[in-house]
Amino acid sequence: MPDVVREGVFFLKGKDFDNAGAASSEIKAVLEQMGVDRSIIRRAAIASFEAEMNVIIYTPAGILRYKIAPDYINVVFDDVGPGIEDVDLAMKEGYSTAPDFIRDMGFGSGMGLPNIKKNADELKISSQPGVGTNLEFIIHIKKINEAPGNS
Amino acid sequence: MKLQEIVDSLSLEVKTPSSDLTKEVTGGYVSDLLSDVIANSKEGHVWVTLQTHQNIVAVAALRELSGIILVNNKIPEPETLKKAEEEGIPIMVTSLPAFEIVGRLYALGLRCR
Repeated sequence: MPDVVREGVFFLKGKDFDNAGAASSEIKAVLEQMGVDRSIIRRAAIASFEAEMNVIIYTPAGILRYKIAPDYINVVFDDVGPGIEDVDLAMKEGYSTAPDFIRDMGFGSGMGLPNIKKNADELKISSQPGVGTNLEFIIHIKKINEAPGNS
Repeated sequence: MKLQEIVDSLSLEVKTPSSDLTKEVTGGYVSDLLSDVIANSKEGHVWVTLQTHQNIVAVAALRELSGIILVNNKIPEPETLKKAEEEGIPIMVTSLPAFEIVGRLYALGLRCR
């Protein structure tokens, strides 16, 4: 397996909308520096942002860990609850358990997990109600340009 | 079409003074659901919405949108403007409702593609 070229860890605090998106924006910036294909950057940024927002919206806290290697991006989210009762149902577009104030902000439309699935090459979710959720996705990088920093 | 031309034609109020209005606008998208914008808007689109909180800037930066137009004289939150200046996302306000402003953007030649 090729060496990891960059990794990072973010602590995500529930309802901390001030810092929401910081992790996915770092992942996007790193991929841009590496000169990764734009469509891959877009997919990685969308999947990371949606998963990051899920932790911030629905859980008290969580940790995001990312690894970027020459041929893949791996992002792992571990949170401390409340867990997802029915993962298959949560994967259905339009299904949401979001409270009204979250919906008023334009979140919680039931598109987050489907958006992650659409943009990731591999997605694994395991959840234990009352304990927490582990979500991990991988996006394959097919080609890296030789000249970085051309964004 | 440059953002400046749209600002002038539709008398939009620019809320981010340091904005680069020479940005090229490739089209437009209208939605108040953030995941919908993330999934369906395209790079260079101008985004019409009534959401005013700071996470709209993260969405626009993520999708590399050319700017955000707030409808119905919505007042952006101070944190939203601060973030928008940092990220280089122009925020503009119109007194018109979404239906009207989108109609005018369409009449200027913008499409959702």
